[in-house]
Amino acid sequence: MQAAKMVITGPFSSGKTEFIGSVSEIDVVSTERKITSSAEQIKGTTTVAMDFGRITVGDDLVLYLFGTPGQRRFDFMWDILSQGMLGFVVMVDSTKPETFREAKRILETFEGYASTPYVVAANKQDMEDAWEPEDLRIILRLKPEVKILPCVATDKETVKNVLLELLYSILEELDKEESAEHN
Amino acid sequence: MALKGNLRDFSTTQLLNLINLARKTGTLTIQNNGEIAHMSFREGKLIYAHLGAEQNNHLAQILQTAGKLSKAQAHIIETKVKGKSDKQIGHLLIQAGYVTQSDIIQSVRQNVLNIVYKLFTWVEGLFHFEANQLPSSSHITIPIDLESVIMEGSRRLKEWEILQEELPDLDASLRFTDRPDTRLRNINLTVEEWKVVSLIDPRNNMRKIAQANNLSDFEIRRIIYGMLQAGLVELLQPPKPRKSTRQTESSARRTRTKTAPPSETPAARRSVVERLIHRIRGL
Repeated sequence: MQAAKMVITGPFSSGKTEFIGSVSEIDVVSTERKITSSAEQIKGTTTVAMDFGRITVGDDLVLYLFGTPGQRRFDFMWDILSQGMLGFVVMVDSTKPETFREAKRILETFEGYASTPYVVAANKQDMEDAWEPEDLRIILRLKPEVKILPCVATDKETVKNVLLELLYSILEELDKEESAEHN
Repeated sequence: MALKGNLRDFSTTQLLNLINLARKTGTLTIQNNGEIAHMSFREGKLIYAHLGAEQNNHLAQILQTAGKLSKAQAHIIETKVKGKSDKQIGHLLIQAGYVTQSDIIQSVRQNVLNIVYKLFTWVEGLFHFEANQLPSSSHITIPIDLESVIMEGSRRLKEWEILQEELPDLDASLRFTDRPDTRLRNINLTVEEWKVVSLIDPRNNMRKIAQANNLSDFEIRRIIYGMLQAGLVELLQPPKPRKSTRQTESSARRTRTKTAPPSETPAARRSVVERLIHRIRGL
């Protein structure tokens, strides 16, 4: 059985667990704990190790979705999770400008781990306070070729779209590699 | 869609950069410690700004601050032409020969810039951007490129940070040095500096001197700092060292070895990716 792997990363409470839950065929295996830090008591529990979702493609291929823990004190996990990934998704809560700097930091860290393609998911686009994806592009200083996609992590269709766009980016990268080999 | 937040998370520099790059049209409002500032933009260009109540941005006051009108003239104009717009007042002043069109444009432009440069020093404050909301046509608007504003604002911010570290406490008083050294012989003071010099007294702290001369915290620090460096004055209450309010963003990017992507051939990887696409489409 061959396993492909994608990493879903982003700041604390950006919607990674919901994102994986929207498309995973199994209940997300989540290592969640009650939050003790008052600064992070936005939600009752948080992912302290990783989320794990699965999409079976056939008898011989399965896609695993790994969600990274959002808090900085668990960032030692990121390196381990990023090994062998096809690509990664950076989730950003579009309604929380106070997390954009952290999103940028995470993005740069993952860029340093692997030269795999990635996309940015501008989550919570259904909320009135959401910043526009193109404004986020400027704030996060994304390169023009990096896709930033509107997303609602609880909406399966937008989550599918984010994953598909990431896969299209991976294909484009493969095209470049192949044409470089031919030249 | 909203564009709102707090300057704690987003500096004025970043906001102006976003507005410039996205060529936005609308008005940005920032509230900080009871002060409220409005900046308007058309297609990414700064066109208007005012700080505090609308009446504090009266054209007569702007021209007085720029030295184009005396205090008495400004007062007469403000009382006599009540209800008239800035544009109408401008026309009247030009026709009466008080000022030229160029005086008005330069003064309004400088007033807008002074406001915006002040906002660079705000480190906290709620902001929101109202798209397509522009000042009424009665206001004088002058398009100003944001690139140069951002560069000058950033430079001033650095200067501001240094000055704040050197002179953190505006409640400190000053006195003339007892034995000024030879460096004082060739000092030339500006009008503003003379005004400050005239109030140097151990009973006056820097804050009082600034208020008496209508100087901002930045301006009084800059003048006093220059005088301290020249050895003209000395601080009576030594400032306590304080950390800068804005910490330099350290891009503590890790320098780890990049993990190699899956070690299959591009063709095998392509096959996997195409199968994944097919599967996800069908979810």
